[in-house]
Amino acid sequence: MLDTALAGLVNGSSYALLALGLSLIFGVANVINFAHASVFAVGAMSGWWFSVDLDWPLWAVLLGVTAVTGLLGLVINVIAVTPLAKAPPIAALLSTFAVSVVVDNGAQLVFGPETRRFPALLATDNLGLGGLRFGTLDVTILVVAIGLMLVLGWFLRASRYGRAIRAVAQDRDAAAQMGIPLARVQNLAFVIASVLGGVAGVLGGMYLNNISPTVGSTVGMSAFAAATLGGLGSLPGAVAGGLLLGVVEAFGVSWWGGNARTLITFAVLLIVLWVRPSGLFGKRAPLAAEPMTGTFFGAARTVRLRPWQVAVAAVAAYVVPAVALDDYTVQIGVQVVVYAILALSLTLVSGQAGQISLGQAAPLAIGAYTSALLTTATGLDFWLSLPISGVVAAVLSVVLVSPSWRLRGHYVSIATLATGLLVAAAAVNFDWLTNGPSGVSAIPPPTLFGASVSAPLAVYFLDLTILLVVLLLVVRLRRSTLGRIWSAVREDEVAARSSGIAVADYKSLAFGIGGFVAGIGGALFAQQYGYIDPSVFGISVSLLALTIVVLGGLNSPLGAVVGAIVLVGLPEALRMLQETRMLTYGLLLLAVVLFRPQGLMGKVAR
Amino acid sequence: MTVLEVTGLRRSFAGLRAVDGVSFTVEPGEVVSIIGPNGSGKTTALNLVSGVLRPDSGQVTFQGRDVTGWRPERLAAAGLSRTFQNGRVFGNLTVAENVLIGLTPTLQAARPFSRWRNVPVLRWASLLAETAVALVDPPAVRRELADRQAKVATQLDRFGDRLTPRADLAAHTLSYANRRRTEIARALASGPALLVLDEPTAGMNPAETGEVLEQLLELKAAGQTILLVEHKIDLVMRLSDRVLVLDAGSVIAAGPPEQVRSDPRVIEAYLGKRRPAVRP
Repeated sequence: MLDTALAGLVNGSSYALLALGLSLIFGVANVINFAHASVFAVGAMSGWWFSVDLDWPLWAVLLGVTAVTGLLGLVINVIAVTPLAKAPPIAALLSTFAVSVVVDNGAQLVFGPETRRFPALLATDNLGLGGLRFGTLDVTILVVAIGLMLVLGWFLRASRYGRAIRAVAQDRDAAAQMGIPLARVQNLAFVIASVLGGVAGVLGGMYLNNISPTVGSTVGMSAFAAATLGGLGSLPGAVAGGLLLGVVEAFGVSWWGGNARTLITFAVLLIVLWVRPSGLFGKRAPLAAEPMTGTFFGAARTVRLRPWQVAVAAVAAYVVPAVALDDYTVQIGVQVVVYAILALSLTLVSGQAGQISLGQAAPLAIGAYTSALLTTATGLDFWLSLPISGVVAAVLSVVLVSPSWRLRGHYVSIATLATGLLVAAAAVNFDWLTNGPSGVSAIPPPTLFGASVSAPLAVYFLDLTILLVVLLLVVRLRRSTLGRIWSAVREDEVAARSSGIAVADYKSLAFGIGGFVAGIGGALFAQQYGYIDPSVFGISVSLLALTIVVLGGLNSPLGAVVGAIVLVGLPEALRMLQETRMLTYGLLLLAVVLFRPQGLMGKVAR
Repeated sequence: MTVLEVTGLRRSFAGLRAVDGVSFTVEPGEVVSIIGPNGSGKTTALNLVSGVLRPDSGQVTFQGRDVTGWRPERLAAAGLSRTFQNGRVFGNLTVAENVLIGLTPTLQAARPFSRWRNVPVLRWASLLAETAVALVDPPAVRRELADRQAKVATQLDRFGDRLTPRADLAAHTLSYANRRRTEIARALASGPALLVLDEPTAGMNPAETGEVLEQLLELKAAGQTILLVEHKIDLVMRLSDRVLVLDAGSVIAAGPPEQVRSDPRVIEAYLGKRRPAVRP
C-alpha cells in the first residue's frame, strides 16, 4: 500500500516536472506545446548516452542534459512558436505537434528504435523505514524534483525575469507596454520548461529502467493529463496534478496490470475535461471566445475542378490500374484510397466545421473492430457489417467527444487526442471483446455476386467506388445549407449562436458523420488486411490523417485525395522506412503550417 | 403585449457586481437606449438579455414567455436578434451568405422537425433529417433557398450601394463600417421581434454614424422594436423613445431623452460631483 503510494509519488514527480513546463509555456505563450513530450524523450536518450557511452557521473549527466534540452526548447520556440504568434492558435498547435513527430523520429534514426536499459546510477533498494523499502534513487528523484520546483517558485517570485514571466502570463500587451522584452521572456520560459522536462527525462529514465526514443509520447501524454488535471496555466496545479496522477496510476497498475496505465491516464484526462475542464486549480473565464480556425484560411479558396475534369480523373482511377499497374502498385492504391476516405472524414470535421481532431484514428479503429468482430465471431456478411461499422463508429465518436462541447479551442483538440488514445488503450485492455494485444485475425474477405473480393484489383475497385460515393457525399454536404451552417460554426461560434444555430448540435453532427465515414474506412481497412491489432491504430494514424488534410488544404475534399496520394502513395512507392516516413510527415506538416497554411489545393483569393 | 420585461437582473464576476438589480421594459415599436459611463454594466446587461451570459438572479420575459437562462440560439429562434460591440461577421463567408445565416431560424424545408431541437435524444431525428435533405436537395429546399436569397437581396438593399455590389465578396475583405452593416443586416434578416444593438456605430466616423442613424430611424418608422446600447449621445437623443442610465450596475435614471439629459444624477455619473468649495 505505502510502497505503491511511494512509487506513484516518485513516478508522478516526473509528470509534475513535465506538467510544470507545459503550464509555464501555456501561461507565457498561450500555446499547448505538443513537442514538450519529446523533450522528455530527448532528456532520457541523451542522459543514457552521457552516462552509458561517455561514462559521465550523474551530476555531469544532469548538466549535459540541461544544456541539450535547454537548447532544444529554444529551437522549438524559435522555429515553431514565435513565427506563428500572430496566426490563429491552431497553427502553433499543429506546428508543435509536427516538431514532436520530427524530434521523436529523428531520435529514432540517431539512436535506433530499440528499447535499452537505463542504468540506475544509484541504488534502488538499500534503505528502509518502518517496513517500507526504497532506494537512494527514489530519495534523489523526489529531492531533485521538489528542489527544482522550489527553485522555480523562488525564481518566479523573487527574480527580475521571474516577475517578467509572470507579467507576460497575466497580460502580454500590458507587459510589452511596460518595456518587458516579450521575445526574450518567451525564449526563457521555453528554456526553463525544457530543462525541467529534460531532467524529468533522466530521472524518469532511471526510474523506468528501460527507455526508447518514443518513451516521450506515453509519459508526455500523462503529463498533459496531469497539467489539465491541475488546471492549465496553474503551476501549483501542475505539481498537484502530476503527483496525483502518478499515485492513481500506480494503484491502477498494481490492481489491473501494466496495460491499464494508458487506459487510466486517458480516462482521467477525458473525465477531467468533461467534469471540470478548468482543472483543480484553474480559473474559468466567463466569456472567452476565439475562433479556433477562423482566419487561418483567411484568404484561402479551394481549387475547383470542372465536372469533366473530375469525370476524367475518376475514369482514369478505374482504368489505369486495371491495364497498366502490377499487383504491388495496386495494393498501394488500395491504401491510398482507404486513407483518402479517412482524410475526407476530417475534411468535414476539421475543415468544414472547424474542430481540429487529433484522434481520428478512434472511429477508424472502432469501425475496423466492429466489422472484424461481426464477420469473424458472428459470421455476419461483410456488406451488412459495413453500415453497422459506420453507425457504431459514429455513435461512439459523438458519445466520447460531445461532452467536450462546453470547451473551446485547444481543449477540444486535447479531448480528441485523448479519445483517440483511449480507444486504442481500450482495444488493448478489453480482452473479452477485442482479444487484447493479439488482435483479430482471419477476417474473411467480402464476397460480391458469389465471388470473393480478395485479388488486389477487386479490392481496389470496391474501395475506390466507396471513396467516390464518400467524395460525392462530402461535396454535396459542403454545398448545402448544412455546409453553410457548419462554416458559420467554424468562423465564429458566438455569432453563430446568436443567429439561432445550436453550435453544440452541429459539432456533434459533424463528428457523427465524420465518424460514420471513418468507420466505413475502418471496415474496409480490416477486410483488406485480414488482420488487425491495437497497435495499427496508434497516434501516428491520427497524425497522418491530419497531415493529409492540412497538406491538401483543410477545406478541400479533393485536397484530401491529393494529400493521400502524396503522403501514403509516394512513401510506399519509394519504399521508405517507417521512421523516415514519420520524420517526413512531421517536416511536411511543419513546412505547410509555416509556409502554405491554405494547403496544396487551396489558393489565395486576393 | 410587452416585448421585453426585465426584473431584478443581477450578475457578478468574482465579487464585482456588474449588473445589480436592473429592471426595465420594452414595448412594441419602442426604441429603448441604455447609456452610462464605461464599466457601468451596459454590455453585460445586453449579454444577459440575449442569453450570452446567464444571470445570477432575476427574470427575463420575452413576448410573455419566461426566457431566463435560455441559450442565445433558442432566443434568436424565438425572435431576439443581436449584434456585437466589436462586430462579428463570418470572415470567410460572403456578405450574402452572412445574411443568409441570419435567416437560419426561418428555414423549414432545409431543417425538418426543427421544433424537436430542444428535446434531448429526439433532436437527432431532426439533425439526421437535415443531413438527408442536404444530400438529396429536393425541390422544396431549392425553392426555399431561392426565396431566402431574394430576402437577402432586400436586406442588402436597405444599405443602398454599400453592401449590394459587395454581396459576393468574403466578409473579411470589407471595411469596418461595412462589416457592421453586414452584421445589422444579418440580425434583421429573420424579422426579429426585438433587435438588440450593442454600439452599432462604435468606431465609425460622423458621416458613417449619420448614415446608420438614418437607417435606424427608417427601421423605427417601420415599427421595429429596438434595444440599443450606445455612447454617442446625439444619436441616442434623436432615436430613443426612452433612455435608461446605468451606473455601477444599477439604473440611476429612466425616461424620455430630454428628461434624462437634465437629470442631475446622470450629470453626476458622467462628470462627477461638484465639490463644495473648501475655504481655509
